[in-house]
Amino acid sequence: MAEPRSFSFNGLTLENGAFLGPVTLAYETWGTLNAAGDNAVLVLHALTGDSHATSDGVPGEERGWWEDLIGPGRAIDTRRWYVVCSNALGGCKGSTGPATLNPATGRPWGLGLPLIGIDDMVEAQSRLLDHLGVGRLACAIGGSMGGMQALAWLRRYPAHLERAVVLATAARHSPQQIAFQEVGRQAVMADPDWAGGDYYQGPHPASGLALARMIGHITYMSDRSMARRFGRQRKGHGSDFKFTTDFEVEGYLRYRGDSFVKRFDANSYLYLTKAVDDFDGLEPPLAPTASGGPRVLVGGFASDWLYPPYQSRAIAVACRRAGLATTYTEVESSWGHDAFLLEIDRLAPLLRGFLENAGEGPGEAP
Amino acid sequence: MSHHGMRAIAALVEPGSSVLDLGCGRGELLGLLLRERGCRGHGVEIDEAAILACVSAGLSVFHGDIEQSLAEHADASVDVVILNQSVQQLRQVDKVLGEALRVGKRVIVGFPNFGHWSVRWQVFFGGRTPVTPGLPWGWHETPNLHFFSLKDFEAWCAQGRVQILKRLCFDGERQCCLLPNLLARDGVYLIQGPGPR
Repeated sequence: MAEPRSFSFNGLTLENGAFLGPVTLAYETWGTLNAAGDNAVLVLHALTGDSHATSDGVPGEERGWWEDLIGPGRAIDTRRWYVVCSNALGGCKGSTGPATLNPATGRPWGLGLPLIGIDDMVEAQSRLLDHLGVGRLACAIGGSMGGMQALAWLRRYPAHLERAVVLATAARHSPQQIAFQEVGRQAVMADPDWAGGDYYQGPHPASGLALARMIGHITYMSDRSMARRFGRQRKGHGSDFKFTTDFEVEGYLRYRGDSFVKRFDANSYLYLTKAVDDFDGLEPPLAPTASGGPRVLVGGFASDWLYPPYQSRAIAVACRRAGLATTYTEVESSWGHDAFLLEIDRLAPLLRGFLENAGEGPGEAP
Repeated sequence: MSHHGMRAIAALVEPGSSVLDLGCGRGELLGLLLRERGCRGHGVEIDEAAILACVSAGLSVFHGDIEQSLAEHADASVDVVILNQSVQQLRQVDKVLGEALRVGKRVIVGFPNFGHWSVRWQVFFGGRTPVTPGLPWGWHETPNLHFFSLKDFEAWCAQGRVQILKRLCFDGERQCCLLPNLLARDGVYLIQGPGPR
């Protein structure tokens, strides 16, 4: 896999007033920026994603998390669009986060890193796009936490954006969503190896982070998708221990938890889940646009109970009331929240149709 | 509805109006209004394939049912609400038309006329549920829940003190004036609620 490139700048003042610097973003790009600098599509990953959205069809490269949507001839066609994806600020895939060395101390930031918000991630991305020579974005697109960032782009930089696609997300977390995130954070912090976030010299809080991930995975699937995938299948190996992983679903969750620990930093998990909990995409509200504002596509997924479609619809209604030309669609799917990664056959024509038309008429009467 | 009919409906809408097209299908009428009448607005549609067609044509559309969409709009917030060939499929006609008249300063309603002679003929002489170009389904498969004539609709308006500002009658491609309840296959009404405007 090609290493992501990185872009560093001296820092930025965060929404909460704290200064964070220096800042590095790890990013990848596919396709070619045109002379006008207006064919860029910014792809925004979800909570634990990274900059590797696609292999762009390069043989031997690892598949990306939106592989089937981005590439030559695909819905987000890299022969037409210059596609940029960066690892979110606060993450652990090359961008500045709690595991990054703090130059002032020579040690990892740990909990010394100020809290980061969704708007701060967007601010850092806008610096990266300036650096890459992108003028007006053709589109910002993301699902889940990436959808929140797309919404933050709409509010923050409406004049720098031609289109936005907001998928499987909420303008603000409900108490139920905060509750799930908090249980995940508590699982991490209850692990003695977490050590107040200062664990980089010793063992990492693997069991806590794995447990958090297991909880997360349950919320990403649906009743139906779990039944279809696992049923009540037993793994079939005998063991003397009473509480071994009898069922396939138990083994799957253990596996997902354990493999997550190898690729993700526990403190990043805390920071990112907090950023998502704290986000309020409609307060302050979107500024009313007279006409010519970004065109918006908001999509929810029928079986997504973590981000139920009504939350996506509320975003669409708010965009329409702000005068933006807005489409809302509820995509049929049984995949649960994972649908925005898996429901490719339904998403692809929708995204292509939305990206490639010239747009008819101005927005709404605000 | 024919392209000609679409144009006639579009001509009922003042240029530059805000519109809400309830049951917009693939967006033919909505596209016409935006392109040629300088309107702004969006459609509402339940069918995923039709929504994809709208999105690909650059039109804005909300996926979902008509009632819910109307509830998301403030009083008199839209110049013209359009219910073209969708009223006969609504479950609660009174409620939805009332809501449409609340949200829209004016409302356009278009529907197949159950008083057309061919309908009467089939019922009277054939003794069968009529199947016509505007009502193309058999009794067991039709999505239509309500069957009504121009006279029925006008009586409904009179009862609710709904003003009829304009009426267009179509026999296929042609507009017709004579004996409309007998000769028109489709009726299109521009109406306005009784409230002070």
